[in-house]
Amino acid sequence: MIEIKNLRKSFGDKTVINGVSATMQAGKCNLIIGASGSGKTVFMKCIVGLFQPDEGQVLYNGSDFTQMDFNDKKEIRKEIGMLFQGSALFDSMTVEQNIKFPLDMFTKDSHAQKMKRVNEVLERVQLSGSNKKFPAELSGGMKKRVGIARAIVLNPKYLFCDEPNSGLDPQTSLVIDKLIKEITIEFNITTVVNTHDMNSVMEIGDSIIYMHQGNKEWEGSNQEIIFSKNEKLNSFIFASDFLRDAKDMRMLEAKGKIDNGRNMDDLLK
Amino acid sequence: MTFFTEFGRYLIMLRGMFSKPENFKMYWKEFMHQCSEIGIGSLGIVVIISIFMGAVSTLQTAYQLVSPLIPKETIAQIVRDTVILEFAPTLVCIVLAGVVGSKIASELGNMRVSEQIDALEIMGINTKTYLILPKIFGALLMIPILVVISAALGIWGGRLAGVMSGIVSPSAYDSGLVQSFMPFNVIFALIKAYTFAFIISSIPAYYGYYVQGGALEIGRASTKSVVVSCVLILFADYVLAAILL
Repeated sequence: MIEIKNLRKSFGDKTVINGVSATMQAGKCNLIIGASGSGKTVFMKCIVGLFQPDEGQVLYNGSDFTQMDFNDKKEIRKEIGMLFQGSALFDSMTVEQNIKFPLDMFTKDSHAQKMKRVNEVLERVQLSGSNKKFPAELSGGMKKRVGIARAIVLNPKYLFCDEPNSGLDPQTSLVIDKLIKEITIEFNITTVVNTHDMNSVMEIGDSIIYMHQGNKEWEGSNQEIIFSKNEKLNSFIFASDFLRDAKDMRMLEAKGKIDNGRNMDDLLK
Repeated sequence: MTFFTEFGRYLIMLRGMFSKPENFKMYWKEFMHQCSEIGIGSLGIVVIISIFMGAVSTLQTAYQLVSPLIPKETIAQIVRDTVILEFAPTLVCIVLAGVVGSKIASELGNMRVSEQIDALEIMGINTKTYLILPKIFGALLMIPILVVISAALGIWGGRLAGVMSGIVSPSAYDSGLVQSFMPFNVIFALIKAYTFAFIISSIPAYYGYYVQGGALEIGRASTKSVVVSCVLILFADYVLAAILL
């Protein structure tokens, strides 16, 4: 579990994160959603330590990551896997070398053991046989899957995904979402996903934080988000007429259920 | 950003490089890779420059020594000392600042922009130690070797040009090479080579490591790193000559 308490981060005069507190639950997909420029990437980078917050705490199982020295941070970071927006694969290495890199750096396993693990994770992300390909030879979706494979190769406790669906078609996005969800459950990982893709929100959002201009505006689950009365959240989710119409239809459907004895106020909380 | 801010950040980067490697074998592998990139990768251009540099030195020295009272051996002496003292360390290092420096800056800049450095940080790797230190050590090992090779080839190129053009006989050139030879000149050239090697590797590493933005900024950082390296090489060249000669 990761607890974030009153996190603040500014760049010069501009406050990007304004006292955000949140809890990322173990074994669940915790989503940070928000419009571009809402501060969600900076928030995630503060959690993983790529940015040092100005104020606040980031507690990994109770230990404050922001106050640790480099060596203590290293120990936590060994338990973190991260999928970057652009996958961040090492260009000069093959798929196999990319995934094997953390094993080479941090384990004393034999070459055969490492290769076994590499092939296991490659199979897990459905990329068996792509060992010798270079990142330049892969499609966007494949790069993301290699990124996930590299992130999970050391069996991390925490998985961070920064906009895993950016630049992908809806079908491939669903594949990536499904993979993230399955891995989270399978390895009981605390997964934190940064996204503005509503498909992801509905598919995998066990716990959702909505950020707006550096503030946490709303918190809930994918079951609750559609019924939220938060105006800023609604204008973000139902940005198009089509989606607003779809919401109205869903509300009418819900109303039908209320007429059968359920309380509308419970759904609209 | 002011000069002092940049200089302070440069010093912090250098200090940050010295930490215990996560896996010595991987660092050694990276160091060997950098030695190959810097040494073998630059050998071709160094060979070409050195031979022509020595050849032109011989022709131009002969052109200026018009007095029949000056023995032909003097040409070899002048070429030898010019090549060892200045051409091999300074000229070659200025060329290497372009070849090696731009490569280091653009490689690190690209890694920064495409979040590869962040990916390494997330893994718990000290990126300054893993990415910059092997480059600096690789340059410190290979550039002095390239300078020595350059000096030898420059002197040989001078001999070749002198003999082929009939300016000086092989025996006169060889005899001139050993006359009034000062071994300290070689040590001075090596001191320059080590100093320039540090500049050539650390300055581009700084500009590449801290690049912000996209492809355009990588190009700018690369160009700036070469310009700053060249200016610092010339400045260090003057300071070393003033102090040591």
